[in-house]
Parts: sequence; structure tokens; C-alpha cells
Amino acid sequence: MTLNRRKFIGTGVAAATALTAPMVMGASHGKPRVVVIGGGAGGATAARYIAKGSKGEIDVTLVEPTRSYYTCFFSNLYIGGFRELSSIAHSYGTLASQYGINVVHDWAIGIDRDAKMVSLAGGGKLPYDRLVLSPGIDFVDGAVQGWDVTKQNKMPHAYKAGSQSELLKAQIESMPQGGVYAMVAPPNPFRCPPGPYERVSMVAHVLKEKNPTAKIIIADPKPKFSKMALFQEGWANHYDGMIDWIGPDFGGDVVEVNADEMTVSIDGEVTKVDACNVIPAMKAGRICEMAEITEGNWAPVNPHTMQSRADENIHVLGDASSQGDMPKSGFSANSQAKVAAMAIRGALTGSKVFPAKFSNTCWSLIDTEDGVKVGATYEATDEKIAKVDGFISATGESAELRARTFEESVGWYAGITSDMFG
Amino acid sequence: MRFGGVALFVWAALVGAAQAEETATAIGDTDRGERLFFQKCGSCHEVGDGAAHGTGEGEGPHLNNIFDRKIAQFEDFAYSEGINRARRDGMVWNLANLDAYLTNPKLLVSGTNMNFSGMEEAKDRGDVLAYLRQFSSSPQDIPEAAPTAVPQEVALSPEILAIVGDPDYGEYLSTECTTCHQTSGDYDGIPVITGWYDEDFVLAMHAYKRGIRKHPVMQMMAGRLSDEEIAALASYFGALE
Repeated sequence: MTLNRRKFIGTGVAAATALTAPMVMGASHGKPRVVVIGGGAGGATAARYIAKGSKGEIDVTLVEPTRSYYTCFFSNLYIGGFRELSSIAHSYGTLASQYGINVVHDWAIGIDRDAKMVSLAGGGKLPYDRLVLSPGIDFVDGAVQGWDVTKQNKMPHAYKAGSQSELLKAQIESMPQGGVYAMVAPPNPFRCPPGPYERVSMVAHVLKEKNPTAKIIIADPKPKFSKMALFQEGWANHYDGMIDWIGPDFGGDVVEVNADEMTVSIDGEVTKVDACNVIPAMKAGRICEMAEITEGNWAPVNPHTMQSRADENIHVLGDASSQGDMPKSGFSANSQAKVAAMAIRGALTGSKVFPAKFSNTCWSLIDTEDGVKVGATYEATDEKIAKVDGFISATGESAELRARTFEESVGWYAGITSDMFG
Repeated sequence: MRFGGVALFVWAALVGAAQAEETATAIGDTDRGERLFFQKCGSCHEVGDGAAHGTGEGEGPHLNNIFDRKIAQFEDFAYSEGINRARRDGMVWNLANLDAYLTNPKLLVSGTNMNFSGMEEAKDRGDVLAYLRQFSSSPQDIPEAAPTAVPQEVALSPEILAIVGDPDYGEYLSTECTTCHQTSGDYDGIPVITGWYDEDFVLAMHAYKRGIRKHPVMQMMAGRLSDEEIAALASYFGALE
């Protein structure tokens, strides 16, 4: 291996920070530069922590197409009528003004890994010393027969929050009395494992009030899902007889939709539906493919630093990464961002580097004040991010504890969004 | 840090009946417990016939029927936010919790209004609890010692308490906390953890780590923190306004 600068920086982040730092700072350009692509739970957190910790020693640019970012977490609560859409919208003003981050509202359309340069749709070019990719998810083409993104207005996925969430909510609320809502659930792995089932709970909550004779069908390719016992208990308690979950044993994996006819075929049986929520199989945000750092659908990373296995100058965070045991969640992305921020600061400015620690907790709402949670802690091994310890809410918990769990989730939302956006 | 050589002794609950040993001894000596109660507790708490809640500054609720009652059940008493949160978390005044609370109230409930430095000696606590047990409605139904709990010394040694945390490490570790707990000190449903006394913070984290406090997320988070890491976090958050 030739010891050129690029390879040298990436080697032994933990061990050799004192050596690498002067190398970078002595580079031909001035301050070391970090470009972050994607302003969600991974990217916004990484940008904020790099800027905050380096106190101006690192130039941070955040590339995010939307000026108003809607968090995917809690967008189900909007669908259920528990939150206003505006309450899950966030802007980047504080990151720019208080942390000095250069926020660029544009699409990244190319990455030249040799030149270490990002191209933007608007024509701009951004050179970097380290690149953080936190683009979230895109959908696998052809994953659900009869569906592609051109059908997303008739059959919304609502798995990127914002206008899709509004559309799905409107469709649910205008269902005829006794109508049918169908969900096509995704195969593993996918963003927010309890998300589809919290979504169904929220839809049922709306229908119970406005349309109590309506039905919900879920076609699911998975034999089991996150918090399954908790959701099934909650559905029986709150929405008895309304929800029909069809797993692969009953053909839930053999699905075709027709957006023009508004029909769903499950194992050959065609049902006319009034609202249809198609959540297709997922893959890393497309920019990861463009950077040629994916294997299969996701971008593998080094668990100690979140560096791409294909390129030490690129860190991949959150849903897009393939890291091991952590679920694809906003909490996970936020946790991974802090490890990456520490590694990047260590490599570029010689700041202290500590062993990586990760954690995740996912709260879900089943009905009013009926919250449940699941969580775990993780550590970095050479092979993967490995689970250390975990817990899950129990079935049969008291109403008081469930209300407290929901209250806690509201507190968490306030906490993580201030951790992301300042 | 302002720690003396405080030693904490708590009841550690053993999980699984197979491990539970028959304890033939009573919780304690009721006569001695009565004397201790009036020396240490009686200025703020009443117990027995006609006992009423304290109404003065810092006084507490009456203690009749306290055993195995859910925490903070009196609607006519103004509890602290910390005690109210413990009620919502489902805490019950069982023997293990009463013992931990008497050891040091802040070990069990951060932000409690009970201004009591704690009873260091397990025997003192046992005697007071034996005395109080008589004023629960059917004491014969309350085991003299909880069958699944055996007294076990879990000492926070002066060495642990004297550790001075590395603030840089504390700052990195704190990033795990700030996903939920806001550094601004705002409360939206998750407790504020900035600006505490270091000692309170260290007590709380060790109580989670040792399972004395029951919150599952916090047990998990604290469970893998070393003594040094807890000290580092305490010094970091303690310094935040």
C-alpha cells in the first residue's frame, strides 16, 4: 500500500490522531472541510456536533434540498391527529447562525471520490476532506407489482414525511363509511421497524372516531414484526375487529396493486380499496449508489467510526448504512452521527477520540395515551455494531405507565430535535 | 465533590424464587424503631390513630398503610414533581423501595422534597420499618421480610464517590443522554438533568445501574457505565446551567 495522504488520514483514527492532525492542517487549502449530505437525524446531528466541537476549526457545509424538514418520526402522530404537521417541521436557521454551518439547499448529484468533490444540481462544486452521507432511504424499483413512484399520489408511501403524509391523511379522512384502507408493508430491513404498525394504529384511531365500520388490511411479507405482541394486544383492546393483518402464511407476500382501479390483490384475491398505503422495499438513498459505496441495497461501514468500507474519507450514517444490529431509526442515526463526528474531529483536528457507544429507543403510540417502547445499547466490534443489552415494554402494563411512556416520547421528540437542529 | 465516607446499603431484590432464601428474622425491633421514628422522622411525619399530613414547609404525608401502597396516592397532599413522576412510573412502597428511600431519599427519587440525610445503618432502617409496618391495615399479610428480597450490602465506597470525572470524556458520553434530555434544561416529558449536585447525579445513576430504580431505559443506559464514566457525566452536566 502506498502511503499517500488520503490513505494516511484514514488509517488508525483512534491511534494516530496526534500524527494525522498536522498533516491535514498543513494541507494546501486552509481549514479542513467537511461536507454533509442530508439534513435529517444523522446529517443535521453530525453537522452540528462537528461544528460545535471544533469551534470554527473545521469548515462544515450541510447539503439538504428542503428548507423545511419534516421528521419522519412523529409523522404517524400527525396522521392520527395527535400532532400538527407544523409541529414536526424544522428549519436550519440555528445551525447556520449559531453554529456557523454553511447550509446549502440543493441536491447532491455526484461524488468524485478521487478529487474529493461533490457536484450539486445547481452547478456548484464542494470539495471535502471528509464527506458524511446521510441521505436516508429510496425505494427499490419493482418491489411492489403495479407500483412505482409515479403512482405515489394515488397510493402514497408516506415514508418520507411532508406532502406524502398530508396526502395519506386526507385520503383516510375522505374514505366512505365502511370503506377499506390497505397497507402493503415492506420486507426487512427498512426504516423505522415499528413504523408501519404504529401507522396502522393511528389510522385505526382516526377511523374509529369518524368511520367506525371501516376496515384495515395489512399485507405483510414478514412472519413477525417489531413490538408485534404489543401492537396485537393494543389492536384487540382499542380497535377490535377492525384490523386484519395478513402475514406470508396467508399470502401477505404475494401482492399486486392497481392504482387506476384502486385494487389490491393479495395471494390472487382482489379487493377494492378506498385508501392504499404502499410502503415498498427500501435501499440506501441514491447518492450512495452514485458514490459506488453500496453492497446490495446498503452502504457497509466500519462500526468504530461509521466510515464507508469502500472509502475512508466517507462516513455513512443512519438508514443508508449497513452496520449490524441497530434498527434503521432516527434515534440510531443521531447516535451514529455523534460517533462519526468524534472520529472526524479526531482525524482532522487531533481532538480526543473515545470508544464508540451507540444506543436506540423507539416509542410507538397505539391509541390515546397508550405508548410503548423498545430499546437497546450497542458497541462497535470490528465486524459490526453489536447489541449489548435491551428492553421492551410488557403486555398488560397499567394505563398509567402507558401514559407515562407516551409523555416520555413527547419529551424525547423535543430532545432529539433540539439535538439535531440546535 | 463533597463526599464523605458515605456507605450505602440497599436491599437488592433477587429475581427468581429458586434464589430466594427463607429469611426467618423479622425486619427489625419495633420498640427501638419507635424511638428512632420519633427522633428522626417524627418532626415531619405522623403515623398511628388520627395521623394527618404535615402542613408546614417541608413536612410530609402521614404514613399509615404505607406498605405496598402505590407511591403518591394522597390527593390532598402536594407531592414534588419527582415523587409524582415515580407514581406515573408505577413505583410501589414495598420493603425494598422503603429501605432504599430511608437509606438516602435521593438514591430512589431525584427531586424529592424529603429533606433527610438518610440512615446509614441497615439495622436502624429495619427497626423503623418494623415499627411502621404495624400501622398498615393488615400487617399479618405483609411478610416480615419480603420473601423475594434479602438484605444485601451494595456499598458505594468512598473511593467511588471521590472519583473526579474527566470533563472531556463526560462531554462525549453526554451525547448519549442529549438525544432525550435537553441541555437547555427544558422539560417536555423527560427529566431535566442539568445543574444537579454531582452527588445527586452519581447516586441516581448508581441506583439505576444496580436496579434500585426501575426505569428500563435508564437501567440499560446506566448499566454499562463505569464508575469513572458516571463521575465524568456528573461533572459535565453539573456544570451546565
